[in-house]
Amino acid sequence: MDVAIVGIGIHPFGRTPERSGMQQGAYAARAALKDAGVDFKDMQFAYGGSHSAGSAGSLVNELGLTGLPFTNVANGCATGGSSLMSAYNAIKSGEFDIGLVVGFDKHERGAFNADPKSLGIGAWYGETGLMLTTQFFAMKITKYMHDFGITSRALAKVAEKAFENGAKNPHAWRQTPIGEEEILSSMMVNDPLTKFMFCSPSEGGVALVVCRADRARQYTDKPVLIRGAALRSRRYGSFEVFAPSQALEHIGGPTVDASRSVFEMAGVGPGDIDVAQLQDTESGAEIMHMAENGFCEDGEQEHMLLNGETRIDGRLPVNTDGGCLANGEPIGASGLRQIHENVVQLRGEGGARQVLGDPKLAYSHVYGAPGISAVTILQR
Amino acid sequence: MSLDAPATVYDSGFDTGTARPIGDGLFTWPSDNPALLCSRCQDCGRATFPAQDSCPACCSTNVKLEELPRRGTLWTYTVQRFMPKTPYNSGETQETFQPYGVGYVELPGGVRAEGRLTENDPSKLEIGMDMEVVFYPFRREEDGSELISFAFRPVTGPGSTEGR
Repeated sequence: MDVAIVGIGIHPFGRTPERSGMQQGAYAARAALKDAGVDFKDMQFAYGGSHSAGSAGSLVNELGLTGLPFTNVANGCATGGSSLMSAYNAIKSGEFDIGLVVGFDKHERGAFNADPKSLGIGAWYGETGLMLTTQFFAMKITKYMHDFGITSRALAKVAEKAFENGAKNPHAWRQTPIGEEEILSSMMVNDPLTKFMFCSPSEGGVALVVCRADRARQYTDKPVLIRGAALRSRRYGSFEVFAPSQALEHIGGPTVDASRSVFEMAGVGPGDIDVAQLQDTESGAEIMHMAENGFCEDGEQEHMLLNGETRIDGRLPVNTDGGCLANGEPIGASGLRQIHENVVQLRGEGGARQVLGDPKLAYSHVYGAPGISAVTILQR
Repeated sequence: MSLDAPATVYDSGFDTGTARPIGDGLFTWPSDNPALLCSRCQDCGRATFPAQDSCPACCSTNVKLEELPRRGTLWTYTVQRFMPKTPYNSGETQETFQPYGVGYVELPGGVRAEGRLTENDPSKLEIGMDMEVVFYPFRREEDGSELISFAFRPVTGPGSTEGR
């Protein structure tokens, strides 16, 4: 059974002091239901996740106590991707016809402070100052720049593009363009990454209504098919966040594995993709994820970025809604924001940020601690 | 607290009577010449740090404790420029916080181990440079006892590849 997305809803990302994270989730859910022309009581199941804003399942208090099976999903930054994957499988199995996927969050300011114990690591790791995602990203791109000749200018170009795209996105957090020079000269956070090269924890909510593809046209005249979804955890030898040590041998990470799997599932290749949303927790991540997802060879990103090939009007537009850099990262909602953006693009509803050429295939990718990746291919 | 101050490294000595490791089983202790400890899989031969009861590479539970080499090469690095939130617990305040280097050091035949670096000037760090493990008092507890942690220090002088 094929699976389609027939409704999308988003609560603006950024800071919304007057609404709790859960209220932002409910707002997004109502918008998605309205978009599909259905009611919450039509939902046969739901998957949802939030990292810091309460149990997603509690949304039933707000949306309605209909008795539906609501499963909470917690998978770090891959929470949204994992929720969608679960819903996809639930419908593909034939067990359900239609359901809701929702993610929301509301984080405090400043970098995430994860607890080592929750990941099976000794307390010493956090106490001595090693339990920081920002360090991992910085160390991974340092090695990558050394090995493949990527420069700080390319890092700045990623951020510049993100803020430029964010300025065209009414629900983005950061809607003011910031130039390359200002990005490079902003405060150094974790060398070689400066303040404007990092995304920040933020707030927001996203929801999707998914259903059996053969019934999709009951709900929308612009259904979007899920052509493939894959989730992978790390294998031995990959370089991951929150790792007190790494193996001497080196293999590609979970992104490489998930990407290969989803392309095989969809029966298409990276060259067929018209628009991509790639996890850009910071500038370096977008650069490395371009290669890990098969969109270029290692090192090619330098000239691709300097030539603007990943801008909205480029050969392969990446992070058209401004990505994590311009939207921040509410963990539970972030992966679903990518799906939302891809549906917007495939429907041709992107307005000022709409990619050219009538896109047919869209790709999304998230990466999270302690080494998981979820990828999805959507088709108009 | 700057890690590259001479008083903070193991060589300068500290009171081993009251000092204790910041984490159990991270390194040999007490010892005149401590080393990081790994578990070595007796089936596939791979090392894991910190030591654990199983091998993440081959799923075997046939592992033995072993010392890791004290010297290796810098695989990658960064500098932590802002003071981390809790669970960071160094005794520093926002006013006294000093940026610190962090890196992975490839210990031959062992693992690439992550640790703080004694150097926090990125212009003095280079991928591939020789590094050695040092042990130093990281924090003093309220009862006066010192918690010992490990860090990696660039090797200078004999044995260094510097200037080759």
